[in-house]
Amino acid sequence: MITSAADGVRFLPASDQTLMVYFGEEISVRAHECVLKVLRLLERKPIPVVRNVHPGYCSVLVKFDALACTHADLEAMLRGFLAGLEDVRIEKPRLVEIPVCYGGNFGPDLEDVCALHGLTPDSVISAHSCVEYLVYFLGFVPGFAYLGRMEDRDVEKNAGLRGKRPALQVPNALQGIPATPRLAVPRRVVPAGSVGIAGTQTGVYPFATPGGWRLIGRTPMKMFRAAPEVSSVLSIGDHVRFVSISVGQFAEMEGVPA
Amino acid sequence: MIRVIEPGLFTTVQDLGREGFGAMGVSASGAADAVSLRVGNLLVGNHDRAAALEMTLVGGTFEFPDGDTVVLAGCDFTATLDGVSVELWTPVAVRPGQTLRVGATRAGARCYLCVRGGIAVPPFLGSTSTHVLSGLGGFAGRALRKGDVLKIGNLGRRSDFAKLSARARQLLVPARVLRVTPGPQWDRFGEAAQGLFASGAYHVTEDANRMGLRLAGPAIPAPAGGEMISEGVALGAVQVPESGMPIILFVEQQTTGGYPKIANVTSADFHSLGQLRPRDEIRFEMVTWETARALFREQEEVLASEELLFA
Repeated sequence: MITSAADGVRFLPASDQTLMVYFGEEISVRAHECVLKVLRLLERKPIPVVRNVHPGYCSVLVKFDALACTHADLEAMLRGFLAGLEDVRIEKPRLVEIPVCYGGNFGPDLEDVCALHGLTPDSVISAHSCVEYLVYFLGFVPGFAYLGRMEDRDVEKNAGLRGKRPALQVPNALQGIPATPRLAVPRRVVPAGSVGIAGTQTGVYPFATPGGWRLIGRTPMKMFRAAPEVSSVLSIGDHVRFVSISVGQFAEMEGVPA
Repeated sequence: MIRVIEPGLFTTVQDLGREGFGAMGVSASGAADAVSLRVGNLLVGNHDRAAALEMTLVGGTFEFPDGDTVVLAGCDFTATLDGVSVELWTPVAVRPGQTLRVGATRAGARCYLCVRGGIAVPPFLGSTSTHVLSGLGGFAGRALRKGDVLKIGNLGRRSDFAKLSARARQLLVPARVLRVTPGPQWDRFGEAAQGLFASGAYHVTEDANRMGLRLAGPAIPAPAGGEMISEGVALGAVQVPESGMPIILFVEQQTTGGYPKIANVTSADFHSLGQLRPRDEIRFEMVTWETARALFREQEEVLASEELLFA
């Protein structure tokens, strides 16, 4: 059993206005929960000198008012803060379903992915859409979620927490998609809504941006919107499942608010 | 109001940016040379964070149907008002119907057109800054185009400031030797890499914009230990990808990244980054945390003092 969430935490100045807080050095659900708890704690009990946070897989970059305090001051404040981390309750994760029209013009790299791994399009699509992913954090551009797989036990635990639908078992490695290399030459523009894979990661591009991930489909959902109010389909800690839809369904759903 | 006759190369509405939304992947954005924007705003009687137009390398042509008080701040782009030369850092009363023509840069990358009252656009997450990549904020989330009409706010007051002090002018000169502090992965770069970085001359490539500046120069060997786990990145972070050519993350930065960071530009030199042009040569000078803090404090003290800023 975990002793304290703050055990093994490491602080490192990153710039004259920022301090990195590391929870270990590897991607894990446990490190992610520490990151999530820090964010929740800062929302509930803001530290006045803290100006911004950039969460990562197992770290949080904290920007502070450098005219009001030093790195050492902030570290001392955060150490006191982290002592209460164990008591922070994380809300039950939401399960967000993202409709995806796979292949064709929406997924121009699906055939290459199949060829790379000797898989059929159907097996890639079912492998991609049967797994439940965790939003480790949002970063890169507004609304971009870094999605990762969870260990089997976490999926089961969270399914129990939600108490509704039984979560699907994470398929064994043979049923999944092996690590997929990025494109040698990134695209200058990836259309908004594109669903890509790279390595063992997957994600949705919220905006038309450059990108090197292999595109296997597209969602009609608008992942990030500024009006009528600022909202992101995905937030840190959410669980995500992709649902395969047809071209016709895509056309129907396009433009319909999430 | 302002009627855009010619937009210039790349002109956007900017203020001091939106801080506090990193957890949504939203970077702060804001003026590339925030010091110039702040001083320009003060010269026309605005709050220092009022929205202004940020022009890049080549300025635009703007008609003022109602007349306004304006100032040009930042680097000298050679401007005329109905054919009469306009001085940098000097507020000008524009009569109704006059046209301000801002030309190409003589030095530096950016010039700000600040208008008394500020540019009025709807704020997005508390800021009027344009975030170009996502098409959010500013004027319709994009650079200005011919025919755009901008509204002016009414928050300005009369200003009696006529010119900048000698000290302020000195403060505003962009540095070519950028003071840096160690990045979070500094220790992972070997001594040879650290030495190359600290002694090498780098030039800014054509691939330099509000998101980041790619540099070319002595290749810095990648650190031992292989790939990095993606983590939050700070404004001014100096990333070193596999090519060994550093990339400085700038105002419209990605909020997270997976490249190791050898150093970070000090806050006092952020405004200098905003004035770098392709082919400019720069060097890095490592400073202590104490020095970085003192430089930042000194800059903020000048910016907060009307006595120190204005003559």
